[in-house]
Amino acid sequence: MTNFWNSFGIILYATLIYATPLLYAALGSCFSEVSGVVNIGIEGMMTAGAFTGTVIAYFTGNPWIGFLCGGLAGAFFGMLHAIATVNLGADQTIAGTAINMLGPGIVIMIAKVLFNSTDTVPLTASQKIPKLFSGVFDTSTVFGRFMDNVFANYASTYLVFLAVIVVWFVFYKTRFGLRLRACGEHPQACETLGINVIAMRFTCVCLSGFLAGLGGACVTMTVSTQFRPISIVGQGFIAIAAVIFGKFRPHGALVGCLLFGFCSGLKVVLGGSSGINMHLISMIPYVVTVIVLILFVGKSRVPAANGKPYIKTK
Amino acid sequence: MSKEYVDMSTPVIEMRNIVKKFGDFVANDGINLTVHKGEIHAILGENGAGKSTLMNQLYGLLKPTSGDILVNGKKIVMNNPRDAIDAGIGMVHQHFMLVQPFSVTENIVLGTEPVKGVKLDMATARKNVVEISERYGLSIDPDAKIEDISVGMQQRVEILKALYRGADILILDEPTSSLTPQEIVELIAIMHNLVKDGKSIIIITHKLKEIKESADFCTIIRMGKYIDTVDVDKVDENDLASMMVGRKVSFKVDKPEQTPGEVVLDVKDLHCKDYRGIEIVKGLNLQVRRGEIVGIAGIDGNGQTELVEVITGLRKGVSGHILVNGTDVFNKPPRFGFEHGVSSIPADRQKHGLVLDFSIEDNLILQNYEENPFSKRKVLQRDPIFKHATQSIDGYDIRPRQSEKRPAGTLSGGNQQKVIIAREVQNDKDLLIAVNPTRGLDVGAIEYVHKYIVDQRNKGKAVLLVSFELDEIMSLSDVIDVIFDGQIVCSIPGKDANENDLGLMMAGGGKKS
Amino acid sequence: MKKKSFLDSVADSTFIQILISIILGFLVGAIFLMIMGLSVGAAYGRLINSVTSLKGFSYVVVYSVPYIVAGLSVAFSFKTGVFNIGAEGQFVVGSMAACVVSILCPNIPKPLLIPLCFLAAMAAGALWGIIVGFLKTKWGINEVLSMIMFNWIAFYLSNFIAGLPAIKSEGSAEATKNIAANASMLFSKDFIKRVGLCPTANWGILVAIAMMLIVWFIIEKTTLGYELKAVGSNKFAAEYGGINVNRSILTALAISGALGGLAGALQLMGMGSRISIFSSQEGFGFAGIVVALIGVSNPFGVFVSGLFYGALMYGGSKLNLVGAPTQLINVIVGTVVFFIAISVIFKNLNRRRARANRNAEAAIDKRASLQKEDKK
Repeated sequence: MTNFWNSFGIILYATLIYATPLLYAALGSCFSEVSGVVNIGIEGMMTAGAFTGTVIAYFTGNPWIGFLCGGLAGAFFGMLHAIATVNLGADQTIAGTAINMLGPGIVIMIAKVLFNSTDTVPLTASQKIPKLFSGVFDTSTVFGRFMDNVFANYASTYLVFLAVIVVWFVFYKTRFGLRLRACGEHPQACETLGINVIAMRFTCVCLSGFLAGLGGACVTMTVSTQFRPISIVGQGFIAIAAVIFGKFRPHGALVGCLLFGFCSGLKVVLGGSSGINMHLISMIPYVVTVIVLILFVGKSRVPAANGKPYIKTK
Repeated sequence: MSKEYVDMSTPVIEMRNIVKKFGDFVANDGINLTVHKGEIHAILGENGAGKSTLMNQLYGLLKPTSGDILVNGKKIVMNNPRDAIDAGIGMVHQHFMLVQPFSVTENIVLGTEPVKGVKLDMATARKNVVEISERYGLSIDPDAKIEDISVGMQQRVEILKALYRGADILILDEPTSSLTPQEIVELIAIMHNLVKDGKSIIIITHKLKEIKESADFCTIIRMGKYIDTVDVDKVDENDLASMMVGRKVSFKVDKPEQTPGEVVLDVKDLHCKDYRGIEIVKGLNLQVRRGEIVGIAGIDGNGQTELVEVITGLRKGVSGHILVNGTDVFNKPPRFGFEHGVSSIPADRQKHGLVLDFSIEDNLILQNYEENPFSKRKVLQRDPIFKHATQSIDGYDIRPRQSEKRPAGTLSGGNQQKVIIAREVQNDKDLLIAVNPTRGLDVGAIEYVHKYIVDQRNKGKAVLLVSFELDEIMSLSDVIDVIFDGQIVCSIPGKDANENDLGLMMAGGGKKS
Repeated sequence: MKKKSFLDSVADSTFIQILISIILGFLVGAIFLMIMGLSVGAAYGRLINSVTSLKGFSYVVVYSVPYIVAGLSVAFSFKTGVFNIGAEGQFVVGSMAACVVSILCPNIPKPLLIPLCFLAAMAAGALWGIIVGFLKTKWGINEVLSMIMFNWIAFYLSNFIAGLPAIKSEGSAEATKNIAANASMLFSKDFIKRVGLCPTANWGILVAIAMMLIVWFIIEKTTLGYELKAVGSNKFAAEYGGINVNRSILTALAISGALGGLAGALQLMGMGSRISIFSSQEGFGFAGIVVALIGVSNPFGVFVSGLFYGALMYGGSKLNLVGAPTQLINVIVGTVVFFIAISVIFKNLNRRRARANRNAEAAIDKRASLQKEDKK
C-alpha cells in the first residue's frame, strides 16, 4: 500500500509537471485557432518564452518578472504571426513554420552573445518560480508524502489551473468570448455586425503567443533550471494536438494535457521500476493519445473559418 | 400596393449620384435612390448589374468612389457596418450571415450583447429577443441552434437581428430566393407589418412578380447604370423586364410536343437519412421516361437534395432500388452510376461541379480522364484534352475564348455553369439530373441553360429537374412531381399545373392520407 | 497592351517573389550580424567560400540529398491536399528499416542490397503514412494530430530498435552498428581522393534527381496525379466525378510517406552510416517542410531549394570559424519563409485585379451580345 501511494503521488506530481507548460501553450493555441487562425508557430513561441524567462530571471533575480517577460517574448512572435496572417493574409501554415525557425534561431543567437554558449547559466533557487505548500505536509507519513508530492507544486502550476477557469469563463461567459468564437466561424457575419474581425484575430494571436511564452518559461524556470536548445522539443506540437483532441475547447484541452501528462508520469514510474524497455515505455503517452482518440473522442469539429485568411474588400 | 403607409414628405434614404469603381471596372455609375418613410422600395437588376454593390455601400461594407449618402436628411460617411447600424440601417444578406453552431439568441445579440459586469447576460438577451419577435410576429425558437432550423426561420432570425439593433430601414437582399410560395406570402405580410410600424424597406430582387406584389416603388439598374425609378402600380411585369434587360424578353420556353419513351430512371421505395441521421426520404417512388422532363417541385428540406445525392451515389441510402435502364445503382459509387447512364448538373457548382483550381480543360474531363483518348495507360494525353476543351469552349459559348488553361475559378458564374453543362451534355448519358441549374445566373444565361435542358429532352434523354424556382419547374417540365416530407405526394402534367395548387401541395396540403 | 510595371512582374512571378524573400533573409541576417558587432563580409564571405570550392560543393550536394527527398515528400502532400507534418517520423522509420535490413543481411551483393534497403525504407515510410491516413478515413481523426503522435512513436521505436542486441553497436557507442559495406552508397576512397571530393561523397543525388522526375511525372502527367490533385483541391467535386476519395487520401499519404522513408535511407546510406540513439528529433522532416515551402511545392523548385538549404546548413556549420553563431542560418531561413508567406499580398493584389478584369470582361461580353440581338 505504501508503495502504491508513493508511486501514485509521484505519477500525479509528474503529471502536473508535464501538463503545466503544455496547458499554457494549449490555452494559447485555443485563442488563436478558435478565432480562426492556425498557429503551428506555438513551438517557436514557447522557445522564445523559455529563453527570455530564464534570462530575465537571471539578470533581475526576480522569477515573476522573468516569467512575465517570457510571455511577452512569446507575444512578440505572436504579433509577427498576426501581422503576417491577419493583416497581410499570409498562408498560416507557412508563417507558422517561419516562426518555428525564427523563434529558436534568434534566441539561441542571443544566448551565444550573452553567455558565449547556446545554454544559459542555471538559475539559483530564488530565481526559479517558487513552490507553494513546500514543507506544509508531514512527509514522515505515507499520506503526508502523497500530499507533499501532489500539492507542494510550483506556483506556475496553480496559476495555470486558474488560467483554465479564466479562459473557459472568457470563452463562454463573456462578450469577448462570444465574438471570438463567432470570428472563427463566420467572420463575414461578424463584420456585418460591426465587429472588427481583424482586431479580434490580431488580439487572439498575440494572446496565444503570450500564453505559449509562459508555457515555455515554465519549462526552464521550474524543474529544469536553464535554457538549452533542446528545452522545447515538440511540446508546442503536443499542445496543438491536445487542443485538437479537446475539440478546440479550453476544458477539452485540459483533459488532453492531463491525459498526456498522466501517461508521461506513468512513464517515469514504470521506467524506474519495471523491467520494460525505457524507449517502449516512452511511447505510452503518444500511443494512449491515439487510442483514446479512436475509442472516445473521434472527429474534432474544426471552427468553420479556421485557416482561411479573412480579407476585407475595400 | 396602396402606399397607405408611405410618407412622401419624409425621405429616409437619399443616395445621390453614387459611383463605385473597382480598379478600372465601374460597378456603379451615377446611381440615384430615394426611399421614404413607410415605403417598400424594390431595386431591380440582373445579376452583376450592381445592386449588391450599391447596397453594400449603404450598409458601410464598401465606400463609394464618389457621391453622397443622406440618412434622414443628413449627409453621412460610413466606414463600417457599425456606422450604418448606428444610423438605423439593417441588412439581411442573401447568403445568411449566421453563425451555425450558435443559438438563435446568440446570433441576434452578437455585436450588441447585454452584459452584467463582465458577464454576458444571456437571460436578458433571451427575454429581449422573445419580446421583439412577438412584437413583429416573427416566430422563432430562441434556444435552437441555427444549424437545426429551417431556411425560413433563419431568415426571420436575420430580420430580427436588424430590428434588435433598432433598424428603421431594412435592406433585404434577394430575400425570397430559397422560400416557398407560402413562405413568400408570409414574408410579404411581415414586410407590411413593418412598414405599418413606420419602417422602410429596400428589397433587392430580380423577381418581377414579387415586386408587383409587395413594392411601392422600383428603381432599375442595368450594367451599373441608373435606368429609372417607377411607381410599381403604373407598370406591368413586361415593362419591368425590358427595363431590367434592355430589350424584350420572352419567358416562354419553346418545347415541341412529344411522346415519352420507355422508363430510364425508376426509383422504388427509397429511404435515406440526412446528415444528422434523421430519415428524410421516406419510401419515395419516381419515374422518368425518355424524352420527358420531370420537375420536382418542393420546399428545400423535404428530401430532394438527399434524393439526388443517393441517385448520383454521393450519399448512402437505407433501402430501396434505383434502376437506371434496368441496372440497380442503389448504394453504388458515383462512377458506377455514371457508367450506367447517370449524368448530373449539381446544385452547388463550386462545391460539386468544378475543381476551381483546375484548368477548364481538366474540369471538362472530370469523369472521363481515364478514358481514351484523354489518357493512355494511365498517362494523360494533353493534346486530345486541349482539343476537347477548344471544341467545348466554342460549342458551348464559354467566355472568354482561348481559356483552355485558365483555372475554372477565374470564370464568371454563368460561364462556370456552361463548363459543367458542356461536360455533362457531352457525356451523352441517358439520364440528366439538373439541380437548381440557373441559381445565381442572369437572364441571358438562364435562357441558355434552359435551351440545353430542353435540347436534351428533345434528343430523347430523360431529364430530372430539381429546382426551388417554381417558375422554372412550371415552364420546363412535362411532368411535375411534388415532393413533401420525403415522398412524392402528387404527379401532374406540366401544362395543367397552376402555382397556387402546387404551392399548397408543396406545403403538405395535398398529402395523401 | 500596357507595359508591365515592376510591381506587376513581382505579382506575376513566384520566382521573383522567392528571390526577393531570399535577399531579405540575408539582409535580416546581416542586421543581426551587425548588432552582434561581427563583420557581415567575413561571415557571408565564409559562407560563400565554404560552398563554392569543389570539395565544399560536394559537401553541399551530399547534405542536400535527404532535404530534397524529404522536401519532395512534403511537396507531394501539399499538392494532394494534406499537410505531411509527419515526414519526420517517416524519415526516422525509413532510415531504421534500411539500417536493420543492411545489418541483418550484410552479405547480399551490393546491386541487390541497396535497392532492398530502399524498398524497406519506402515501405516503412509508406506504412507510417497509411496508418495516419487510415485513422483519418476510418475514424475521422485529424491527420496533423496523429502525425505529431506518430513522429514521436517513430522516434522511440527507432531508439528501441537501435538498442536491440542484434542491432546495437558492439562498442560503447549509443548507436547501431555501421551499415553493411554492401549497403553503402559512398564513392570509392580512391575516386574521392583523386577528384578531391568530400569523404562522404556518394551518388545519392542521382536518386534525388530520379525522384524529382518521378514526382513531377506522377503529379503532372498521370491519371493518378489528376485524381490526387482533384481530391486535394476539392474532394466534393472529385467524389462527384467518381474518384474514390478515401483511397486517394491513402495513396497520397503512402507515396508521401514512402518518399519520407527514402529520404531517411539516403541519409543513412550516403553519409550517416549508422543511427544514434537520439535525445531529440533530428528535424529532417521539418526541414522538408521548409524546403517544400521555399520550392513552392514544385518538384524542380524543391530540388533547387533543397540544394539551397543544404548549402546553408553546410556553410552555416563553418560560420563559427569567424565567430558567427550557426543559428544565424535558422534566422535567415526563417526570414525567407516568413517573406514567402507574406508574398501572398502580391497574389491578392493580382486576384483583386483578376476579379475586376473578370467583371469587366463579363460586362463587355454582355454588351456585345446585346448589340448582336439589337441588330437582329
